[in-house]
Amino acid sequence: MIRLEKRPTPSKFWQIATPIVAVVLTMIAGGIMFAILGKNPVEAIRTIFWDPLFNPDFAAYSRPQLLVKAGPLILIAVGLSLGFRAGIWNIGAEGQYIMGAIFGAGAGLAFYPLEAWYIFPLMVIAGAFGGWLWAMIPALLKTHFNTNEILVSLLMVYIAQNILASMSLGLLRNPEGSGFPGSRNLSQYPAASNPELIAGTGMHWGVVAAFVAVIAAYILLQRHILGFQIKLAGQAPRAARFHGVSPTALVLLCMGISGALAGLAGLFEVSGPAGQISIDFNVGYGFTAIIVAFLGRLNPVGILLAGLLMALTYIGGELAQFMLGLPSAAIQAFQGMLLFFLLAVDLLTNYRFRLFTGVK
Amino acid sequence: MLRKTLLATAAVLAFASAAAAQDKLKACFVYVGPIGDGGWTFQHDQGRLDVEKAFGDKVETAYQENVPEGADAERVLTQMALSGCKIIFTTSFGYMDATNAVAAKFPDIMFEHATGYKRDSANVSTYNARFYEGRAVTGTIAGRMTKSNKIGYIGSFPIPEVIQGINASFIHAKKVNPDVTMSVVWAYTWFDPAKEADAAKALIEQGVDVILQHTDSTAPLAEAAKTPGVIGFGQASDMAEYKPSPRVSAIIDNWGPYYVERVGALLDGTYAQKDTWAGIGGGEVLIGEITDAVPAEVKAEAEALATSIGDGSYHPFTGPLNKQDGSVWLADGEVADDGTLAGLNFYVEGIEGEIPQ
Repeated sequence: MIRLEKRPTPSKFWQIATPIVAVVLTMIAGGIMFAILGKNPVEAIRTIFWDPLFNPDFAAYSRPQLLVKAGPLILIAVGLSLGFRAGIWNIGAEGQYIMGAIFGAGAGLAFYPLEAWYIFPLMVIAGAFGGWLWAMIPALLKTHFNTNEILVSLLMVYIAQNILASMSLGLLRNPEGSGFPGSRNLSQYPAASNPELIAGTGMHWGVVAAFVAVIAAYILLQRHILGFQIKLAGQAPRAARFHGVSPTALVLLCMGISGALAGLAGLFEVSGPAGQISIDFNVGYGFTAIIVAFLGRLNPVGILLAGLLMALTYIGGELAQFMLGLPSAAIQAFQGMLLFFLLAVDLLTNYRFRLFTGVK
Repeated sequence: MLRKTLLATAAVLAFASAAAAQDKLKACFVYVGPIGDGGWTFQHDQGRLDVEKAFGDKVETAYQENVPEGADAERVLTQMALSGCKIIFTTSFGYMDATNAVAAKFPDIMFEHATGYKRDSANVSTYNARFYEGRAVTGTIAGRMTKSNKIGYIGSFPIPEVIQGINASFIHAKKVNPDVTMSVVWAYTWFDPAKEADAAKALIEQGVDVILQHTDSTAPLAEAAKTPGVIGFGQASDMAEYKPSPRVSAIIDNWGPYYVERVGALLDGTYAQKDTWAGIGGGEVLIGEITDAVPAEVKAEAEALATSIGDGSYHPFTGPLNKQDGSVWLADGEVADDGTLAGLNFYVEGIEGEIPQ
């Protein structure tokens, strides 16, 4: 008979192997699902994972798009991972992303139609500030009134969505948009736009910021005392207190960083790929980033790879939908499987299977 | 040797099938909801199937559902253009900027944007239907059928098309029932069954017994079915599974003829950029069967109204009509022009509440 046995220390091998095994298992289970739907599973998997990267018709366009899609995911996930490591659960990155976009776009539109070099940097600061501010609400409520940051940060998302709707209908509405909701298109306002830095690469300031965030988080966690304190607070809160780590400061810091990064992601998205504030501007990056953070083992480099993988399933999934006629629900189920297998295989990091033969 | 021959044969076959695929005109569709929504997207997909039926193996169609309006739409459109689509129908208002941006990069591919107003390059056409004509008919039924004199309207987004629908419904309900009042609930979504059901529930709790909807799912009808005496209308699609009540009639979007016309024009080389806005007369808006839950005289009245709109003898926005603030919009006998309607951003007199600002 087979039994689970707790490992004395978490397995280093499985920590690395888990995501890879999870991806392989997802391909197998997803392939079976596609076959049941009457599609060729090999073709479907190839369309999702191979075509966006190497298909001669699409790759030149899809490959840069991976960066466009992965950029905000990585930027948000890196911020979230710091908090998650310290046991601080910011689930409301989606709301902070929205507020960053509103503050950033608002700062830029306030100057319209002025052309000046300082507008975009101001927008960046405003975007980070908007996200930070929105994250400070659950953070302060936690430190002062001991509320649960998971619930409060999540509920703040819905408030942000309503503010977004109100902004696109009122304050930020394009006065030349014949009454239709939505702000001016920032991509048509050069001083406030965040275009591709090198044409055809997908690289915009948001992607640059994501890479910088990955490197900064890596150094912070490996080399800085703060990184040590974050890790310690997550693994042994009592020991952390003896070590002189202030839980209040840590909550404010982790929520603040993750909020500011989510706000930045929103600002770069609204001034770049999305172009404008609209009622349904947000498409769930803040929530998907939670998956990315865990898929990347809360490790900055892991998050970088996980963000790219997640982006690949989105872009490949879109291709599979219209090339093969797969329903969009099948693609969502496929992405869900990825998280499911990841969590399931994760068991092997802390446990191992033991085969018992004979009578006990 | 044998292997080489096989490979060569395979290559020739692959080439031949690629060439055959080249001959087919590829028409692609981008949908905002799932094709199973039973409403808006479902009707567009029926139109796509009409294209397949009309042209057989001369065309090939592809579609993508649940495409968010915004940055994702731009990528989906670009990928479609790269995959060999020759004409792309983008079937939601929010695809407007994405459609125009991608169209500028692919001048040889035709883009058709539903319900928008931007045609920045020569390869972008726009098409819309005069849904407000259908709203006049359902508004009449609503005014006659309500017992509480309270009718409710589930709005999606406060854009002119939806405001037209709200105004047309109210004007015609009021015409047959001067005591009627209307409350509007904004759902800020085109398709979200849970939100739509909540909106319907909120309206019913306020005493509303006729629900008009501008969102795409059948959830409001399902909610109405739970409370006896509450009725509603099919939106975009017939929603026949809720017959004979709560669904007492429907406004059906009939996109098939337009899609067949445009793809046909592209096939025979007569295609040209245009802006289409047809209604009951042009067959783009159909009134679904009025069921026996509606008294015969009301049914006859509604059908007569539809006929008079269809033959052009009556326009749903005919004065005297005042704006909500009491100022005059249309003098006696005056008819609203299309420009005003396309940018409509005010309620008519008598509607409660404000358009979200």
